[in-house]
Amino acid sequence: MIEPHTAPGHEHEAGHARAHSDVWLSGVTTGYGDRAAIENVDLAVPAGTLLAIVGPNGAGKSTLLKVMAGLLPAWQGRVEVLGSAPGREARRVAYVPQAETVDWAFPVTAGDVVMMGRYPVLGPLRRPGRVDRRLVDEALEKVRMAEHRQTQIGRLSGGQRRRVFLARALAADPALYLLDEPVTGIDATTQEDLMDILEAESRRGRTVVATTHDLACAAQRFQRVAAINRRMIADGPAAIILDPDVLARTYGGHLLVVGDRTLVIDDAHHHDQPAEGEVHYHE
Amino acid sequence: MDALFEPLSFQFFQRALVASVLAGVVCAIIGSYVVLKGLAFIGDALAHATFPGVVAAFIFGGPYVIGGGIAAFLAAISIGWISRRAHLRVDTAIGVVFAGTFALGILLYSAIQGFVGELLGFLVGNVLAIGADDLAGLLVIGAIVMVIVAALWKELLYATFDPLGAAASGLPVGALEYLFLGLVALTIVLSLQAVGIILVVAMLVTPAATAQLLTVRFARLIVLATLIGATTAVVGLYLSYWLDVASGATIVLVQTSVFLVALLLSPRSGLLRRPRAAPSNHLEGSSGAGP
Repeated sequence: MIEPHTAPGHEHEAGHARAHSDVWLSGVTTGYGDRAAIENVDLAVPAGTLLAIVGPNGAGKSTLLKVMAGLLPAWQGRVEVLGSAPGREARRVAYVPQAETVDWAFPVTAGDVVMMGRYPVLGPLRRPGRVDRRLVDEALEKVRMAEHRQTQIGRLSGGQRRRVFLARALAADPALYLLDEPVTGIDATTQEDLMDILEAESRRGRTVVATTHDLACAAQRFQRVAAINRRMIADGPAAIILDPDVLARTYGGHLLVVGDRTLVIDDAHHHDQPAEGEVHYHE
Repeated sequence: MDALFEPLSFQFFQRALVASVLAGVVCAIIGSYVVLKGLAFIGDALAHATFPGVVAAFIFGGPYVIGGGIAAFLAAISIGWISRRAHLRVDTAIGVVFAGTFALGILLYSAIQGFVGELLGFLVGNVLAIGADDLAGLLVIGAIVMVIVAALWKELLYATFDPLGAAASGLPVGALEYLFLGLVALTIVLSLQAVGIILVVAMLVTPAATAQLLTVRFARLIVLATLIGATTAVVGLYLSYWLDVASGATIVLVQTSVFLVALLLSPRSGLLRRPRAAPSNHLEGSSGAGP
């Protein structure tokens, strides 16, 4: 059953949702410069949820994630992350950006990068110790990069780097994971491995929010899906993203229906258009 | 052996040695972050910006360290402010402040009568003339810088390597940036008498750059840079004593020579090594090229 998205109606329900949510947004509008990227977004993410945020390019998926990470202030609306203002509980949040804009020639190894995940936990004056080294080793094991511990990051492939940065998040043992396109552009095996890890974290009670434009992955491997195209279109159990109506309203002109199949064509260009558009039917 | 011990019998040389090694060590530690953050230009600008402060302190008979420090601090603030408010690139703001402050220093200097001999000392260092009180002040400054780095080295490293990731995990990246610029200003002021305004950027950059050619781990880089900074300071000072030439410049030239040797011989990036095929990658297509 799919519910079209409305604001949390009943006061009591809204309060309940907010109290039990690791991430809570109400009427959030924000963007860059003077251009809004997301408008009037409501979302409540209960603790332990494995949530995928889907939408076409330019829909505001990354923006939404940055608001949750406390990296982008909301122009309107209210945001609560782990019970506080976003960024306040940043030590318990791990944000893994899509394309890490780091200097790959930087003199650090995979192990060094993962250890950095421990720094905010340690705080100033304390040096990493045995516990930290063990957590780093465990994190590298989970992402299957243990043998590359001493490899300088510039010598790693794209997928390997992605796994190292996920390991950094794992080593911090956060309550909330915010991952921007974690499974995009990597080989299927790594994709499966990463989803296994995220699923395991969710089972442990951690909240995982990931953006993706892989709808099959969203439908099959995530618990809940939130579909966004500047505005929140729908959020509910993962299967909703397979509903043609939801797809049409989220992907609009990116949709192509062929026979009894619906294809989503997600091109690489940014669109400012809302989710209206032609749906092409071919008999 | 006599060559080593003879100069040490002079108190001025002992002080000069301590001051030079201190400058070499602190510059190398801060310089390790400077080269990775790409702050060499702003470092040079802050060094030149100390000039009006040093001359003003000279005119009023105050400690040049305070005058230079205030001038560097004001310059750093100006650079940030101009860049943000005028929406200019930081590079541009640095260029403007760099030249303007130095010109102010020259103007102030030209207003003084009869102290021409001191000018060269400000610009290229005069470590052999350092007094005991001056040295005590430098040791205090050096201790402050090293204690702060010892406390925050990993936070500074994370903020340098991945400011976005560091900010998202709760590190006060903006505050750390300002703090670091303050440490750069302190380091510059500490090194002024050893190598002077014009050459201090070399002390910041060269040992760390040499270390970068020789290691892929930051922890080793900072240790290596420090060893290089200390050793070249000693070697340079002794050489300048026996050759009777400018000490600051000799130290810097020793550092540059060490860098060139490392550049030629480094197993990783040395110019003499045979070009090898790029490391093959078994898992995915791309070979470690940048984003």
